[in-house]
Amino acid sequence: MKDIRAKILSNKLVGHVYYKMVLDAPYIARKAKPGQFVQIKCSDGLEPFLRRPFSIHRVNGNIEILYEVVGKGTDILARKKEGEFLEILGPLGNGFAMPRKTNSEPRAIIIAGGIGAAPLVYLAEELARERIKTVVLIGAKTKDAILCEKDFKKIVCEVYVSTDDGTYGCHGFVSRLFHNILKTTESRFETIVYVCGPHGMLKCIAEICAERNFECQVSLEEKMACGMGACLGCAVPTKSGNKLACKDGPVFNACDLSW
Amino acid sequence: MMKIKIGKIKLKNPVMVASGTFGYAKEFEKLVNLKNIGAIITKTITLNPRQGNPMPRICETASGMLNAIGLQNEGIDDFIKEKMPYLSRISTPIIVSISGNNIDEFFILARRLNKIKAISGIELNISCPNIKCKGLVAQDKKETYEVVKAVRKTTNKTVITKLSPNVTDITEIAKAAEDAGSDAVSLVNTFLGMAIDAETGKSKLGNTTGGLSGPCIKPIALRMVYEVSRNIDIPVIGMGGIMNTIDAIEFILAGATAIQVGTANFIEPGISGKIVKGIEAYLKKHKIERIQDIVGKTA
Repeated sequence: MKDIRAKILSNKLVGHVYYKMVLDAPYIARKAKPGQFVQIKCSDGLEPFLRRPFSIHRVNGNIEILYEVVGKGTDILARKKEGEFLEILGPLGNGFAMPRKTNSEPRAIIIAGGIGAAPLVYLAEELARERIKTVVLIGAKTKDAILCEKDFKKIVCEVYVSTDDGTYGCHGFVSRLFHNILKTTESRFETIVYVCGPHGMLKCIAEICAERNFECQVSLEEKMACGMGACLGCAVPTKSGNKLACKDGPVFNACDLSW
Repeated sequence: MMKIKIGKIKLKNPVMVASGTFGYAKEFEKLVNLKNIGAIITKTITLNPRQGNPMPRICETASGMLNAIGLQNEGIDDFIKEKMPYLSRISTPIIVSISGNNIDEFFILARRLNKIKAISGIELNISCPNIKCKGLVAQDKKETYEVVKAVRKTTNKTVITKLSPNVTDITEIAKAAEDAGSDAVSLVNTFLGMAIDAETGKSKLGNTTGGLSGPCIKPIALRMVYEVSRNIDIPVIGMGGIMNTIDAIEFILAGATAIQVGTANFIEPGISGKIVKGIEAYLKKHKIERIQDIVGKTA
């Protein structure tokens, strides 16, 4: 973990209210695992006061973040130009765990809800590197909010999309798509599910996984101050007491959480 | 040039890190050279483990933040077993922050810590605004006197009493702590505050209210340090929104013998080390031989 002043190599609108920023942070790129995050100071002044957490979208010598403009911090970030500098602290958090080696062949199912796609592209790359059969399901409210479809398709051959309003892909929640996929695919695999998205969606996917005895790793998003386990601001209730999203997470085993 | 003394503790410089903003030091080991800080004050511990308050626990405000953590900690047994071995290996003085529901709990905590050699001092957190009880100890001079007195009796370690700004007259509470034998007072803890989501009508904190910290409280904290330091004879440790060297110097000029860096640790985890270097440079630049020479020297 290091606090680095990193140069912005690019910062581009990639659709609707979504931006992709590339940062020159070789140390973080070298150390990062899928599912980990960075804390970015969006301005040199006092507004906004706290850093903002962003999951690491991809690494390739540099690090990429994919973000949605939702408030003060991300609004400032979206206006940043190539060549400017940002203070970034990372890599932080635990990250996703790769499937365990067992006798049966593993299969990973990645489920992305909206901006929840951000940490999952890096995960898909890592799973591909490990030669683990992977299926990707992308869900969003509407067509404009479908993210990373092309990126996933470059890494994984099976990619399915759904939108809540039916403007693109299957009509309905991604949890229904998940149900349908499970019905039509073979079950000889040891399935492990990786999911990131809105809370309601995570809960729904976690329930389906529990019914079928699938391991399910969820990546949570919480407001944070420090991002490194000092302020105790991002408590997550679990079956063994409060854990911290920043340090014990952001990835949790769904069955450990008190939904 | 930077050496100071608080009670029996000899500090190599006046920069401490505030309780609740630095965990149990290990969290920061990769980002700060722990050896270079004046003293480390650990996250408040209580007799029994505490789950803390419901989420949300933090909320950003203009130039600051509200927190309502609720003293989440694993209790003193866990602290001694799990945290002390690491803290014992750090050469920097370790000051342990404690909080009790009553005088007995403060007494038991202080007595148990008194036996641990690696601990240099105890900071009495009688001013956390986020726990459910009638009022804070630090809001009553008699209760403050009694808690400090009880702790004083049971420990020969340096005792620092951390004061609340949520009072009419902070000086009289500081005097009560001094009269009861406190070696120093640290001020200020957070200001009780609140934030509301206008769309939902709900408080932005799970505990409804929280403690405000950050640069937004600095002018008030500075005034309190100024007032208290002129009315007591024990050292004042100043804090409240210190983000950089200049802020720290202001507190020293106001009357603080030492300072604590708090919320700034969340935003720039390496800041305490930078402030140590910054104060040193300031003293050189102004040809000041000893830091003590400028304590309380505001005109």
